[in-house]
Amino acid sequence: MYKLLLSWRYLRTRYIALASIISVTLGVATLIVVNSVMAGFTREMHKRLHGILSDIVFESHGLDGFPDPEWHMQQIRQVVGDDLEGITAVVHVPAMLNFQVREQWITRQINLIGIDDRTYASVSDFGQYLLHPENRRQLSFLLREDGYAPDKPGFPESGWKYRRLKTAYERAYEEQLQLEQERIREIAGDAAGAAPAEPNPPLAAPPGDPFGVAADPFTAGAEQGARTFDPMTEQFTGIILGIAIGSVRHRDPEGKVQDFFLCRPGDEVQVLFPSSGAPPKPVKETFTIVDFYESKMSEYDSSFAFVPISKLQDLRMMIDPQTGVTSVTSIQLKLRPGADLNAIRDNLQRRFPPNEYTYRIQTWRDMQGPLLAAVQLETTILNILLFLIIAVAGFGILATFFMIVVEKTRDVGILKALGAPSGGVMSIFLSYGLSLGLVGSGVGMVLGLLFVWNINDIAAVVEWITGREVFDPTVYYFREIPTIINPLTVAWVMAGSVLIAVLASVLPARHAARLHPVEALRYE
Amino acid sequence: MSNTVDQAAQAAQRRPHVRFSTDVPRQSANDQRQRTADLGTAGLLAARQVVKSYYKERLAIPVLRGVDFAVRDGEFVAIVGQSGSGKSTLLHLLATLDAPDSGEIHFGGRRIDNLPSTSRDLLRNRCLGMIFQFYHLLPELTCLENVLTPCMIAEGVWNYWRRRRTFRERAEHLLEMVGLSHRLKHKPRELSGGEMQRAAIARALVADPEILLADEPTGNLDQKTGQGIMDILTQLNSEGLTVVMVTHDVTVAARADRIVRLVEGRVEPEI
Ligand SMILES: Nc1ncnc2c1ncn2[C@@H]1O[C@H](COP(=O)(O)OP(=O)(O)O)[C@@H](O)[C@H]1O
Ligand SMILES: [Mg+2]
Repeated sequence: MYKLLLSWRYLRTRYIALASIISVTLGVATLIVVNSVMAGFTREMHKRLHGILSDIVFESHGLDGFPDPEWHMQQIRQVVGDDLEGITAVVHVPAMLNFQVREQWITRQINLIGIDDRTYASVSDFGQYLLHPENRRQLSFLLREDGYAPDKPGFPESGWKYRRLKTAYERAYEEQLQLEQERIREIAGDAAGAAPAEPNPPLAAPPGDPFGVAADPFTAGAEQGARTFDPMTEQFTGIILGIAIGSVRHRDPEGKVQDFFLCRPGDEVQVLFPSSGAPPKPVKETFTIVDFYESKMSEYDSSFAFVPISKLQDLRMMIDPQTGVTSVTSIQLKLRPGADLNAIRDNLQRRFPPNEYTYRIQTWRDMQGPLLAAVQLETTILNILLFLIIAVAGFGILATFFMIVVEKTRDVGILKALGAPSGGVMSIFLSYGLSLGLVGSGVGMVLGLLFVWNINDIAAVVEWITGREVFDPTVYYFREIPTIINPLTVAWVMAGSVLIAVLASVLPARHAARLHPVEALRYE
Repeated sequence: MSNTVDQAAQAAQRRPHVRFSTDVPRQSANDQRQRTADLGTAGLLAARQVVKSYYKERLAIPVLRGVDFAVRDGEFVAIVGQSGSGKSTLLHLLATLDAPDSGEIHFGGRRIDNLPSTSRDLLRNRCLGMIFQFYHLLPELTCLENVLTPCMIAEGVWNYWRRRRTFRERAEHLLEMVGLSHRLKHKPRELSGGEMQRAAIARALVADPEILLADEPTGNLDQKTGQGIMDILTQLNSEGLTVVMVTHDVTVAARADRIVRLVEGRVEPEI
């Protein structure tokens, strides 16, 4: 009883010890904040990576792929069994993408992915990263009328509406230009005239090029016999571009982050990629942008472009002309939540042994291993560092406790004279340390949690004070700092710091317990 | 006699003779006399050939060189001697706070200086009451809590909580007896020296000990306050409590039944 009473009284009268425990408090708070932010980052990254990548990817090494995906899928279904939730075949090919912005051609290096619009959304969160709400529901490679990106306020007008406007404007511009040229010719009095298209060669584009074909009345007229492509009502095969391919992110003069769109749904792009077979030949094709893809992982947003798999197979000559059997470069699997990815991967590897089949079978974690490992390592190192800081704080507590025990030497003598056993004296100081640890880490927990819950406001305040952005959205693609509070981590951190406080009080408590009662009583 | 002392005396008369449970078996006064007679040591508390030296850098400073002395049940003994003559040392040895280099301490006929520390803790807690020159109250606790400390030490949390009313009543009784009933919630530093010493007396008595060991209880007090303390001690003694008091003040010592002189580490033969 006296132990509790005394340690309680010491707690209430020795504020200096509370000051020493503040170091533990701050350590605990920092640990909680760091872990929450790191967990938030990791989850966000996992979500994104996993959202983009399916659970298991079954890939050929070469660009020619492997034939007969149906047979493979059937085999995979047999191996995986009930754990399989979705499966789709994909064609991957590196490609070059060109589009025109105000007379200037922009070239981007991309990763062209042929996907099956019916099944691709079932293996990853692909759909939810699209801008048009309808496409999020059901993917389509047809251009929509309008209504793109309702949640992006600055997104420019897109879709058929924009396409018609653009075409009408271009035609009017051409007419104007033509009238102007005729007027010049009349003034010059040149009756014979040169070839009609010559004065303005850039407008004359080769057939098949939509930028020239429909827009130029001369060529359109010259090819009267061929089918005319009318951009007012027609589109090329749809392509979905990673948003960073078609936009640049920059800061306006006020320092706000803004996206500037170089092209948008309704515009055309040219894509150049190798065909299959030996030797690969370049294939050039025009696509109409039908949507953007924004996963907020800059690596993917700046390189992925999606087209219908059948079109890509056709263009790359991946369909056997005799049998009609198609080839694909990879098969992606989506598994039931909670399925053991590694075990299933190993099963698949046994079914398709590497010495017979040249397939690479990987889980999404394998594919993003280095990145995930780096984040994990970072978290671990931060935890170790911060725990060392708390341990340093522990030595501060040790010193403070020793001072308190020395100050209480005479009280120890009195207690012993009144018959308190050494163990009792020891437990006074141990429970004192314990309660200090509990108070310190409790306060630390509250502070840490408050910090985490208000981290975005705090970041805003820091921004306001320093004038620098804490988390640069142009770098991180996060508009808010993601955090997760893991109760288990918080509990561990608390337990650890209470333990440190108790350990720090062990030596002083032992010192107190071993004091000789007479010497303690005589102590001045 | 002052008014407060009168009150104290009256309160003491009302003092209930509640025996608090102890694990150390106690004997009736008759039994004790019988046993001590058997052992050849006269009295409730006795020192036999007690030798004690302090060591400073291997140099022995002999303080007690063979003290022989005994306190009979119900006696009021004063140990006098010059400052530094080893009075406090002797008292600490009697209270088993320290162990003699050689010789024996007997309490109620049993040798106590070589008991294991848990038994000695129990003995100090339940059979011996101690007061000191510098009062030695715990500064963090109130007067009442200080008085209750021996009970808190004796009992576990649960038992103490169950019997807290009994303990509290007893502590309040004792504080009333020493004239401090209006100072229950005061911290020691809010009390005067005399009040602190009275609180210390109440604390020493709370476990209903058989003997009170007092180390210069008036040493730090003015004469009048000292007299007040001495009145309480004589009153207690008249009610049957054995008191051993150490002092260097001859006038204070004069109020005891018997005076033991400590000279050069030995008890001077009684005149
Ligand atoms: N821890 C110690 N180390 C060395 N000498 C001590 C120690 N404690 C007490 N002494 C010496 O023992 C002698 C007796 O001390 P003490 O019993 O306090 O005397 P008294 O109470 O009669 O004044 C003194 O001379 C003192 O200096
Ligand atoms: Mg002394």
